[in-house]
Amino acid sequence: MASIAIRGVRKAYAKNAVVHGVDLDIASREFIVILGPSGCGKSTLLRMVAGLEEISGGEIAIDGRVVNNLEPRERGCAMVFQNYALYPHMTVAENIGYALKVAGVPKDERRRRVEATAKIVGLEAYLDRRPAALSGGQRQRVAMGRAIVREPKVFLFDEPLSNLDAKLRVAMRAEIRRLHRRLGATSIFVTHDQVEAMTLGDRLVVMNGGRIEQVGSPAEVYNRPASRFVASFVGSPAMNLMEGTIDRHGVFVYDAERQIPIPATLDARLVGHKVALGVRAEAARLVEPGTAGSIPATVDFVEELGAGRVVHTDLDGLSFAVSLSTPNVMPAGTPVGIAIDPRDVHLFSIETGLRIEFAAGIAAPANSN
Amino acid sequence: MEKRATFSSTTIGILFALPMLVLIFVFFYWPSGQALFWAFTLEQPWGGGNRWVGFQNFQQLLSDPVYWNSISRSMIFGLGSTAIAMGMALILALFTDRELRGHGAYRSIFVWPYAIAAPALGLAFRFILAPEAGLLSLINQVWPGIWNPALDGNDAMIAVIIAFSWKYIGYNFIFFLSALQSIPRSLIEAAAMDGSGPARRMWDIQLPLLTPTLFFLLVINITESFQDSFGIVDIMTQGGPARATELMVYKIYFDGFKGLDYSGAAAQSIILMVLVILLTFVQFRFIERRVHYK
Repeated sequence: MASIAIRGVRKAYAKNAVVHGVDLDIASREFIVILGPSGCGKSTLLRMVAGLEEISGGEIAIDGRVVNNLEPRERGCAMVFQNYALYPHMTVAENIGYALKVAGVPKDERRRRVEATAKIVGLEAYLDRRPAALSGGQRQRVAMGRAIVREPKVFLFDEPLSNLDAKLRVAMRAEIRRLHRRLGATSIFVTHDQVEAMTLGDRLVVMNGGRIEQVGSPAEVYNRPASRFVASFVGSPAMNLMEGTIDRHGVFVYDAERQIPIPATLDARLVGHKVALGVRAEAARLVEPGTAGSIPATVDFVEELGAGRVVHTDLDGLSFAVSLSTPNVMPAGTPVGIAIDPRDVHLFSIETGLRIEFAAGIAAPANSN
Repeated sequence: MEKRATFSSTTIGILFALPMLVLIFVFFYWPSGQALFWAFTLEQPWGGGNRWVGFQNFQQLLSDPVYWNSISRSMIFGLGSTAIAMGMALILALFTDRELRGHGAYRSIFVWPYAIAAPALGLAFRFILAPEAGLLSLINQVWPGIWNPALDGNDAMIAVIIAFSWKYIGYNFIFFLSALQSIPRSLIEAAAMDGSGPARRMWDIQLPLLTPTLFFLLVINITESFQDSFGIVDIMTQGGPARATELMVYKIYFDGFKGLDYSGAAAQSIILMVLVILLTFVQFRFIERRVHYK
């Protein structure tokens, strides 16, 4: 299997830069998920690894060998496309076996390997069918089979599940996970779906505007988002973010009646500065209105999710979501209090959007004035 | 709400269809009927007085080696020009399809030859291919007499085939190019990932997906080569030298209007019509079934 090194890779179309200097090291056998909104350059980055897109600057090395000027076929990568890209005039067996045929593998061995692959992806019964006679999920499997049969060093997935319905997507997700464990090929999986990203990746790469915002395990990215963008992009519902000032008592002030205690270990230089404060919906609690230390809000609407529910509250125009596990009927306009534990607070710089680190665990006094 | 207009009276419906029916009748069925009538009668050169002769006109034609010559010439011309026009167009389209800016301009430029009337085209090529002054006169200077369509039947056939192909290359090119561009880009990319080089991709992916277009153009080209070739032949060679380029459609004109043998010419046009229908039928029957991949 192969490691991949991406160093200072840039991509520009004419004068239009889409990827601005990306650095990323991918270990052998690792499953990397690149997550980002559409247009963030994630697919372009993947296609540069594949060799389908020219690299405008920097270099990409697979197994220590710089591949910038190599044709796709010389790079040892296999790719699964978003629209599957099956050859409509070939049967399933021919689709899967095409790479082997091109490589000049003898017919007997070809058939043996195609059959073995079909077994892995569960298509033994469909080998003689054309793609047009298959369902969406089966086409997806053919696309996977076509990638597997070559025993590639690197697997590239370009949003392969986004054309499937929700149920099938969950099933295929599990299958991809299993497949990776079995084959162990280094994999790069591009998606805009955060659930896919969280469940599949050994490590997540969050991209925005052609730059990497954060690289880390799914838990790291979720629990310690490196920037305001990551905080708002990863997690459902999105993290609550509010802008305010840190006053000298280690208290975050949103407005006159809404003040949130934050850990006192914060860098003293930040006192008096404007920052963005983030709280996950599940880290906030609803309490009786007027409870000491809580911030006042009114209920806007409640989203019922079956296992839980999300209460969307209104803080004088700012929307703030709180997750509840217990059923609760709250009509719109009900006054509530929101309690926030200082340890669950994330702070981001307004200017740079980057995370402001502090040692968690030390709570400042809630009401010092 | 039914938005479609419906007419209770069939008369109104017929009235609406009438202009088109009249056009079709006047320009298609009436001449065809007239030709059919003449083909089975003997028509006086100066008009009036038809005599019913049954199949005599056909018998006479089919026992005439000169007529068989024109059939075989037509076949050579049809196959040759179709092969060149489609082959060249396909090659141009395949190369144009690979990353070319401004293909919109190419489309309109390449369709222009199709808009040029056959006689004008024939005249242009008569000059271009003239042995004493044209482009090929350079060759004649090196090897005197190697190219002369006015004397050599093969050269004349080559000349008309080139002229006719030139007109249809642009037409075919546009169909091929749009068919190529409707092949999803990701299919080509997938083949590239599968290790297939540009030439192999053309052969394995692009050509098979072009078969519906190939078939359509084959039918059109063959049919047109039997019918649209008159102007070119008339201007460039007048069927000569020594009947070497006397195609069926030219012979109809020559026998009818120069030889004043209306009945023989009418019989020839019936044969040509049957031949074209037959060819089209054969193509649909035996080639079309290999075309569909879906």
